[in-house]
Amino acid sequence: MSSASNLVAMKKVVRQLRFEASVNRVKVSQAAVDLQQFCLQNALQDPLLTGVSSSTNPFRPKRVCIFL
Amino acid sequence: MCDQTFLAATFGPCDNCSKASPLMNIYLKNEPINYCSFCVEMMACQGLQKGETLTSLKKESETLKKKLEEERGKLTDVELHQVAEKVEAVAALSIKTRRVLKGHGNKVLCMDWCKDKRRLVSSSQDGKVIVWDGFTLNKEHGVTLPCTWVMACAYAPSGCAVACGGLDNKCSVVPLSLDRTENLAAKKKSVAMHTNYVSGCSFTNSDMQLLTSSGDGTCALWDVESGQLLQSFHGHTADVLSLDLAPSETGNTFVSGGCDMKANVWDMRSGQNIQSFESHESDINCVKYYPSGDAFASASDDATCRFYDLRADREVAVYQKDSIIFGASSVDFSLSGRLLFAGYNDYTINVWDVLKGNRVSVLFGHENRISRLRVSPDGTALCSASWDNTLRIWA
Repeated sequence: MSSASNLVAMKKVVRQLRFEASVNRVKVSQAAVDLQQFCLQNALQDPLLTGVSSSTNPFRPKRVCIFL
Repeated sequence: MCDQTFLAATFGPCDNCSKASPLMNIYLKNEPINYCSFCVEMMACQGLQKGETLTSLKKESETLKKKLEEERGKLTDVELHQVAEKVEAVAALSIKTRRVLKGHGNKVLCMDWCKDKRRLVSSSQDGKVIVWDGFTLNKEHGVTLPCTWVMACAYAPSGCAVACGGLDNKCSVVPLSLDRTENLAAKKKSVAMHTNYVSGCSFTNSDMQLLTSSGDGTCALWDVESGQLLQSFHGHTADVLSLDLAPSETGNTFVSGGCDMKANVWDMRSGQNIQSFESHESDINCVKYYPSGDAFASASDDATCRFYDLRADREVAVYQKDSIIFGASSVDFSLSGRLLFAGYNDYTINVWDVLKGNRVSVLFGHENRISRLRVSPDGTALCSASWDNTLRIWA
C-alpha cells in the first residue's frame, strides 16, 4: 500500500533530520580561521601556488644553453 | 532512477505471514525484508508512536528542517572572505600546458593519477582505458572494455591495478602486469554490480576495497577479492554523480554529490548519512575534499563551485562570476588548498583563490568541455581530461 511505504519513508526522513539536528557545530569564524591557517602553513610546499624552477619540476622543460 | 535498489515489487511468499502475494522489498536497518503489503502496513502502524500519523510526521520534518536552518544560521557570524582579507593575494601563476596526451579515439571521460606521481590512467567513450607515463608520454598499458562510456576509473594505491566502470553497470578491477604481451582484458574482474551506470569509483586506503557511486542513487563499498557488497549507502533521491574519500589515513568518511542537488557525507562503517548540504541550484557534478579533510568543494551545472565546511556544517563560499554561464564539471584543490581548479563546459579551467573567493587565472587550451581534472599527488602538476579526445598536463 502506498500509504504504508510513504509512512516508512517519512519515518526515515524524520529520523535522519533528528540525527542531523543533533550534530555539534562550530562557528564559521573559527572554521574559517582554521582553514586559513592550513592554507598558509602549507603554502610553501605547494608547487602550483609558488611555482618551481625547471630543475625541480619534472614536467617543466629544462632550459638549454645555446653557445653563440 | 526509477529502479533504485529498494521498493521494487516482486511476487512470492511473505516473510511474515507466508502467504503468496505481491511483496514489497524494503530495508529496515540495512536488512532487506520481503513483506506482503498488508504486513508492511501492520508493521508501519506498530512502529508509530502514539498519535503519529503521516501528517504529524510531515509537520515534524518541516519544523526540523527549519530548526536546522536556524541553527546553521546562528553560527554564520562572518564570511570566509572577510576573515581572509588580511591574507596576501595569490601571486600571478605561470601555469601552462606542458604535455598533451593524444591517443584516445573518442571523448576522455575520466582520469586518475598513480601514487608514484608520474603515471596516470584515463578512460574514454570508446571503451578504452589507457595507462600513461606522464613524463615520457608513453602508453604503458591499454585495455579495451566491452562497454562504451567508461565514466569512472581509478588507480589502486599500490599502483598494481586500475578499476573502471560505466554503462555496463559494473566496476571491474584490472591487474596491471609488467609483461607487455599479456592480454589485460582477460584478467579483468567484475567487482561491483549496480542497477544503473557507475558514475564514480575510488579505492579506499588499500587495494582490497572499492567504493562506487551509481546512477541508481546509491553508493556502495565492495570487497575486491570476493566481489561482496560490504556496505551500501542510501539517501540520495537521484543519480549520484561523484564521490570522494576523506584524506586522512584513519578516515572512514566520504562525500557524494548527485542530481538531487545534494552533497551527503557518509560514515563508511555504519552506512549512516552524517551530514547533508543542499544549496546548489542544479546537479552536482563533482565533489572533492579539502586537503585537511575539514571541508569540501563541489562543482555544479548551475555554473558555480561551492565550498562547504564540515565542522560549521554549512556552505562558506561560492565561486561564481556573471561571465561564467556554463556548468562546472570537475574540481580539485592544489596541495595547500589555497587554489581551487575547476573545469567547465565552456572548455576552460578557472583557478579560484579559495580563501578570498576571487578568480586568479583562466587556463585555455582544450577544444571541448573538460570532463575531469586532478592535481598530481605531490602537487606539481594538474591533469585535465576533455571531450576533445586529449588529456593535458599543466605545471
